[in-house]
Amino acid sequence: MIVSSGEVLSHRRYGEHYHGITVVAPEIGERVRPGQFVNVLCGRGRAHILRRPFSVHRVHRRGGWAPTIEIVFDVRGPGTAYLAGLRGHESLDMLGPAGRGFALPQRRAHCLLVGGGIGAAPLFFLADELRAAGHRVDFVLGARSADLLLNPIDVRRLASVYRITTEDGSQGTTGRVTDVLEEVIDHCGTEVVYACGPHPMLEAVAAVCGARRLPVQVAVEELMACGWGVCLSCVMPVRTGRGRDAEVSLLRSCTEGPVFNGARVVWDGDAGALPPEQSELAPAGSARRHGGYGGADDEHAPPGN
Amino acid sequence: MSTRPRATDGIDLSTTLDGLTLRTPVLAASGTFGAGREAAQFVDLHRIGGIIVKSMTLRPWRGRPTPRMYETPSGMLNAIGIQNKGVDHFIAEDLPWLLRKKATVVASIAGNTVQEFIKIADKLRTGGRGLAAVEINISCPNLEDRDNMFSHSPTATAEVVSGVKRALPKLPVFAKLSPNVTSLTDIAGAALEAGADGLSLINTVFGMAIDVEARRPALAATTGGLSGPAIRPIAVRAVHEVHRAFPHAPIIGQGGITDAHGAIEMLLAGASAVAVGTANFFNPRATIEIAAGIEDYMRRHGVGSVADLVGALKEG
Repeated sequence: MIVSSGEVLSHRRYGEHYHGITVVAPEIGERVRPGQFVNVLCGRGRAHILRRPFSVHRVHRRGGWAPTIEIVFDVRGPGTAYLAGLRGHESLDMLGPAGRGFALPQRRAHCLLVGGGIGAAPLFFLADELRAAGHRVDFVLGARSADLLLNPIDVRRLASVYRITTEDGSQGTTGRVTDVLEEVIDHCGTEVVYACGPHPMLEAVAAVCGARRLPVQVAVEELMACGWGVCLSCVMPVRTGRGRDAEVSLLRSCTEGPVFNGARVVWDGDAGALPPEQSELAPAGSARRHGGYGGADDEHAPPGN
Repeated sequence: MSTRPRATDGIDLSTTLDGLTLRTPVLAASGTFGAGREAAQFVDLHRIGGIIVKSMTLRPWRGRPTPRMYETPSGMLNAIGIQNKGVDHFIAEDLPWLLRKKATVVASIAGNTVQEFIKIADKLRTGGRGLAAVEINISCPNLEDRDNMFSHSPTATAEVVSGVKRALPKLPVFAKLSPNVTSLTDIAGAALEAGADGLSLINTVFGMAIDVEARRPALAATTGGLSGPAIRPIAVRAVHEVHRAFPHAPIIGQGGITDAHGAIEMLLAGASAVAVGTANFFNPRATIEIAAGIEDYMRRHGVGSVADLVGALKEG
């Protein structure tokens, strides 16, 4: 992971809500893998001091400016508002590539990518890499409404089979991604599932895959202060070890994630929404809160530190 | 260990706090640099003043539930709850690695009873060879006193400090004080009288934020510690106040330092070294950059050694 300053090559819109910024980023662009993210400084000398994490949406390793990376976001607070105001040639201070990305199948496989809202962002880079390695890519893209679907046009281009779902029925099937998931799995002969989106969606996808013993990798969205492994804000409860060594460990989403084995994450069902303006501190998109897995009660930990 | 690299133009960045000599006056603050492994991607650990490692407890602690962090104007609230793998892990894994990297290592210790602090200190006496100093994190609830913070009571502060110092008579011991008290000098005096070799000022400031849409506390723990540039003036004031009351007590100034300006404020107010905390989160090279900025300032002001800046505030 390095600190690197990149030049903004372009700023585009994806529909009404989403912004995409492409940055000339030689060192990060060469190394980054699908599912990894960058921590972006959103201006200097401002009241919002922390970097914002963004999973990498696209990487272009050919062309005059290559390698470039693209991040996508919607404006949720002062950091993303700053980014939305950036234009070509301005510079962006990034720390990355951060985290552990998706593992690609060892042999040719039918891969199903499941994305919710802006959380679908890293799946496009993943789809590019999977296709380049000869894997089949199918796609389920969902959102609350049609205007919140991320880049459905490219989903059509990338996927052998794709399904769109919206909760209000404004595009595709009315409902959630999990309402069509089993049907798509059966139809496509899915062997591996990759998912990114709000935690309740990931939990539901992991449950479907668990019942069918399908391997599932999920990219989680947790609040981060540092993004490089030291603040311990972004921990997720994950089952680690086997047999006698089995335990629930609090793993750092920034360095031991953000991609986890969906079958091993302890989903506690206590999900809710974070204050909207803070959710920009989570990497892929909409964030959640969870509590109660604790173990803190007998430790009388201080409020600080 | 205390090789003093002298700049060719005669500027000496090293600083001495009683028995503790640092290569530069800029350390990494506890809880913001882990035990150095991740940070080593960004800085040479032997080139920074030192690393105050994440607080360690007698047994592993899992910490608080999430959300543990909330960004606030020019700062952040945290309620991590000292998630750590315990002192045995530090001795077996972290300390040997840090010493191989030639880092100057300060062990931060935390507990819920006086005995816990003493037991950790005992373990460090036998297993902590190579440590440069110990920092006592007394901003912890005291189970034997209705969960009041040790750092809020002169008596409890003195008990912890004297217990730790008895267990570690040869190692410089710094007490890290909380600013959330009526009289900081009372607590500082109690710590020094109990044998503290120096003071770390300040720990985080109590704070709280509310998610107004949900009408819930923003942190799972309800309250948390405020850090970042928002608290820097509080920290500078605290260092100044304690330095005036105890001019011979070595102070590590910390609280909201993000640049050389803030670090130099601390030195002028009376700190002999500073620790950078929250700034590491968004700038993992802050310890290096701030030391370079201090050197630059010393050159511009014709100051040859850090000691000449310490408490060099002009008043009246």
